[in-house]
Amino acid sequence: MNKSIFTALCLLAVTVLPANSAEQLKIGFISTLSGPSAALGIDIRDGFNLALKHAGGKLGGVATEVLIADDQMNPDTGKQLADRMLKKDKVQIVTGIVFSNVLMAAVQPILKAETFYVSPNASPSVLAGAQCSAYFFSVSWPNEAQHEAMGKHVSDKKYKNVYLLAPNYPAGKDALTGFKRFYKGELSGEVYTKLGQLDYAAELAQMRATKPDAVYIFLPGGMGINFIKQFNQAGLSKDTPLFGPGFSADEDIIRAVGEPMLGMFNSSQWGHDFENPQNKKFVADFQKEFARMPTVFASQGYDAAMFIDAAVRDSKGKIEDKAELRKALEAANFKSVRGNFKLNKNHFPIQAYYLREVVKDASGKLTNKTLGTILNDHDDPYAANCTM
Amino acid sequence: MTTALFVEQALNGLQMGLMLFLLAAGLTLIFGIMDMINLAHGSLYMIGAYLMAALTQASGSFWLALPIALVATAIIGMLLEISLLRPLYRRDHLSQVLATFGLILISNEVIRIVFGDQALILNPPASLSSAVEVVPGFPYPAFRLAIIAVGLIVAIALFLLINKTRVGMWVRAGASNRDMAMAMGVNVKRLFTGVFGLGAALCALAGAMLGPLLAVQVGMGESILILAFVVIVIGGIGSIRGAFVGALLVGVIDTCGRAFLPVLLRSTTSSAIADAVGPALASILIYALMAAILFWKPQGLFPARG
Repeated sequence: MNKSIFTALCLLAVTVLPANSAEQLKIGFISTLSGPSAALGIDIRDGFNLALKHAGGKLGGVATEVLIADDQMNPDTGKQLADRMLKKDKVQIVTGIVFSNVLMAAVQPILKAETFYVSPNASPSVLAGAQCSAYFFSVSWPNEAQHEAMGKHVSDKKYKNVYLLAPNYPAGKDALTGFKRFYKGELSGEVYTKLGQLDYAAELAQMRATKPDAVYIFLPGGMGINFIKQFNQAGLSKDTPLFGPGFSADEDIIRAVGEPMLGMFNSSQWGHDFENPQNKKFVADFQKEFARMPTVFASQGYDAAMFIDAAVRDSKGKIEDKAELRKALEAANFKSVRGNFKLNKNHFPIQAYYLREVVKDASGKLTNKTLGTILNDHDDPYAANCTM
Repeated sequence: MTTALFVEQALNGLQMGLMLFLLAAGLTLIFGIMDMINLAHGSLYMIGAYLMAALTQASGSFWLALPIALVATAIIGMLLEISLLRPLYRRDHLSQVLATFGLILISNEVIRIVFGDQALILNPPASLSSAVEVVPGFPYPAFRLAIIAVGLIVAIALFLLINKTRVGMWVRAGASNRDMAMAMGVNVKRLFTGVFGLGAALCALAGAMLGPLLAVQVGMGESILILAFVVIVIGGIGSIRGAFVGALLVGVIDTCGRAFLPVLLRSTTSSAIADAVGPALASILIYALMAAILFWKPQGLFPARG
């Protein structure tokens, strides 16, 4: 008897509770929050939450609820989470994914359901060209861009025989494609390892045997930390300079690896030393809130939230009107912490890429210093194939 | 140059094989003597690595933390054996698998609650963090050499323990015929607890040595446990010698496959196909080896029971 009353009450409660109204913005945040590459997802999340806090918990003036879930760097899990958030939680916008393989699995149901995806990191070339989507927006950088910048720099520095290493997944292929587009010299090797590999003994031996004059890696998260440590332990760092994209020499990697990072050149669309006022506020508040330096991932998380904030405000809070919201998103009418930012017609960014170096600051702490611009107003080569 | 490369890859394989041996030795003894499938063996490896990372951070010294982590993990292992696993010995393998799988889930969550989701960083001691020249012009990471040394010392010590001491005789007797050993007056209860503690300590040692090379993270035990099972199946269940040979085989074949297969494929097919097929083929090599050995020697290379 009691049981059936209880059931009846539950059923009643469901009908009485308000349905998901337009008065509230629901954002699904799927990211890698556990395992050796968790630092990336955590930084994006913390950056996103900081922006939400700066916006007083209301992106674009609309009360915002963020549902956070861990994809465990597993495409299947990512897809399940996306399905759940679409069907059960009825989110209006999804964001957060770090890794391109997780994104490629999770983004299909999202775009099919005509739900917006705002990418704070993974922006694979597949989604930039013929398969571009009106619902996909990247506020980070096209998967190839940081590598293109570094390819140009390595070429400009007259290196002639470079060894390339990346994990065997979409972003790894994109990375080395980008590097090779701007790098003019020879390759002493181009090796793809299993995604998530942590022991690079075999690759390091191979590398030593081919005697490259420089090494370029695309190894995000824990993979990069392990590789750089082992690269130094193997004594290769003595006469072979190591180059990488911005996140391979970011503050989290510096914290983990330490002294051997000194002097590593890298490329990024953002640096914590950028002088614009929104960046100064972001860097200072991030340190105050989380007691660590923000990384490029944190900046992308922050920008993703600010990007949504501006679009919701410009569409006057009419989140349900998808055409209106899309127009507002396309305008990208927000102040990015990286300075100039605009979206191409494929919803991928057009922006500048800078050269950074790991140096010791005045207090002797290792950190990144922005040296200059490598590429200005840089877009991606796939936009021409995109028709929405 | 190619000889140097070959030697370096062989050393890498040896290093991986010896670490696998540390795990497989405990696993094979527990499986062979107690007839107990312990899936939670990988969890002890994880617990050892976490204790090591935490103690190294707290004490600032790798070498100080090492013995404490070993003893602590051994004690955890023995407590586990006395409290939870003992009632499982007489049950069938399915119950054991279910119960110890539950233990994996529980220990992963406990570690997550205590240490958090993010991987811990364990650095090798400063004295071993650079490369040494084994022969002039052939540098090799000092820490990997240390791993090889530790692995070899443990292998010799275990060999002496099992083959030359009275305790070792009980262990061998237990492995070849448990009931007869009991009938001859071996205190099986205490022996089981001791073997379990030893196995746990070996796990912790593997965790401590591999922690600086890999990452100290939740779930690190599961991936390596699969390899350890491959090793004991290849070597023959219950046999330390089998575990040793099996571990070296798996280590060397896996490393050499990863290093040389893509190169080989590149010379025969287009590089795009080689890039795609090479890593995939390399990763199934050890399972192909296991299948082949099971086909010709279903009991493994060195079966403990005649």
